[in-house]
Amino acid sequence: MTAYALTDSWTMTRRELARWGRQPVQLAVNLVFPVMLLLMFGYLVGGGRGVSGAYRDYLVPGMLALTMAFGLEGTMIAVTRDLDKGVIDRFRSMPMANGAVLVGRSAADMLQSVLTLAVLIGVGAALGWRAHGGPAAFLGAVGLLLLLRFAMLWIGIHLALVAGKPEMVQAVQILVWPIGFLSNALATPDSMPGWLGTVVEWNPMSHTATAVRHLFGVPGAESGHVAPAVLWPLALLAVFFPLAVRRFGRLSR
Amino acid sequence: MADAAITVEGAEKRYGDKKALDGLDLRVARGTVHGVLGPNGAGKTTLVRVLSTLLRPDGGRIEVAGHDVVREAYAVRLRIGLLGQHAALDEELGGRQNLELFGRLHHLGAKRARARAGELLERFGLSDTGRKAVRQYSGGMRRRLDLAASLITEPEVLFLDEPTTGLDPRGRAEVWDSVRSLVGGGTTVLLTTQYLEEADQLADRISVVDAGRVIAEGTADELKAETGGDRIDVVLRDAGQLGAAVALLPLTGVTADVDRRLLSAPVTDRMEALSGVVRALQEAGIEAEDVALRRPTLDEVFLHLTGDDRSVKETA
Ligand SMILES: Nc1ncnc2c1ncn2[C@@H]1O[C@H](COP(=O)(O)OP(=O)(O)O)[C@@H](O)[C@H]1O
Ligand SMILES: [Mg+2]
Repeated sequence: MTAYALTDSWTMTRRELARWGRQPVQLAVNLVFPVMLLLMFGYLVGGGRGVSGAYRDYLVPGMLALTMAFGLEGTMIAVTRDLDKGVIDRFRSMPMANGAVLVGRSAADMLQSVLTLAVLIGVGAALGWRAHGGPAAFLGAVGLLLLLRFAMLWIGIHLALVAGKPEMVQAVQILVWPIGFLSNALATPDSMPGWLGTVVEWNPMSHTATAVRHLFGVPGAESGHVAPAVLWPLALLAVFFPLAVRRFGRLSR
Repeated sequence: MADAAITVEGAEKRYGDKKALDGLDLRVARGTVHGVLGPNGAGKTTLVRVLSTLLRPDGGRIEVAGHDVVREAYAVRLRIGLLGQHAALDEELGGRQNLELFGRLHHLGAKRARARAGELLERFGLSDTGRKAVRQYSGGMRRRLDLAASLITEPEVLFLDEPTTGLDPRGRAEVWDSVRSLVGGGTTVLLTTQYLEEADQLADRISVVDAGRVIAEGTADELKAETGGDRIDVVLRDAGQLGAAVALLPLTGVTADVDRRLLSAPVTDRMEALSGVVRALQEAGIEAEDVALRRPTLDEVFLHLTGDDRSVKETA
């Protein structure tokens, strides 16, 4: 069983890659959607309330964090779809390593997130945005973003296992969007009414966004947020990883 | 019993207050096909899920291929194939990709997984469509691919949960042929169904299940005999004469169906009943369109066994 944990996880990851090959358009849409958001907020909506300096420098890191947070939806959709199609039942009735279903899911989603970040950063660069913090800080920022995504991934798996049905995803979407926007991704908390600003400052996503801004050398970005940007996702993982694993084991109840 | 491939003693499974399995007993001899027959909600799927280690029973002793489904789930999984009530495939991948995926997860290795996928596609007549996404398959093709996926490792015990429900007659015939071709290879098959005809066609023995327990067990012939054996059907030309015919025919327990101008009754001595009915009709000058002896339908078997009015579907 455990002897096959790695092989099985890799097989399950490859399954997701094969699905990308089958649905290149879907993959492209997933990659382009954050770019559209970036262009919309950067050029059309003309936001940046409370932002000093170039809004684009502020917006690109915010959009990176927002995209990582919204990854929760993608994970949840994929897991509920598998549950609904019964294919997870087939996996569970086979002599494979139990965890491989979840490991494969996370590996594929993390891979897609790396691609998403690359595309978004590429487009940002094409628009004239630059990171100024040096290569080490740049990698640190990417690490923080992926850590946020990883936490969201396990929240997504857990919610999918709790909800069970694809119809429930919509309910979660309705909640995820406001939470995503109740952060400093697009505008500073100073520009919002008092209580809202407080919520926004507490939002784990805001810490990631600010820490990433700091590491990218955005002028005016506070420096104290790297530690919370590490600790918040770790705390969420400490809660949701075991919950999701337990929930997966309880499919047999 | 050493030659039992499946042993179930007093299986229990509750969902809240609802007992999906309520002390169910079952014994399936190695190399045989066993039908589990029952209406919707009888507990068939629950039984299959417990047997295939997907669901933990609340009580009972349950062994598959000599291993306990709870304590030795892994050993059981090595030896079973499962065709669930709904297709368990990756809809976006092609047929071949699906089979290769499951082959790898059975640890055949890349090369053997590929070869096995090819063999199975060939055997189930899916070679031409192996590249198409499963999403585009017809119901019958999907079911055959699903069946192929449950046979990757030539399992000792194969579970088929309503393998033909929702298929058109052609799809059903395809699946029946596939199941028949398995038998003889030594695989033990447990098949659930709502159709007597299906159990009749495929199964050596049948357990009739209702409300989570077995209410009758035997071969199809034994079950039908228990219900009172054969029946005679008389179709009259004129529905207005049904009443008169009931009164004078030498039969007991007659039921009448006015729309079909049909009288039906159980018989013990086939020939005596047939000649008696024909003679009585002739003497009374009542014209009959058809007089026929037949086996009881599952509806009748089931009604007889449960004594209530729920009916089991009958295939056309
Ligand atoms: N997950 C579940 N939660 C609650 N009740 C269930 C669940 N699964 C099945 N049941 C109930 O258990 C009974 C048996 O169901 P099932 O095994 O699906 O029957 P069948 O397959 O014969 O139609 C039914 O009354 C059904 O409503
Ligand atoms: Mg069922």
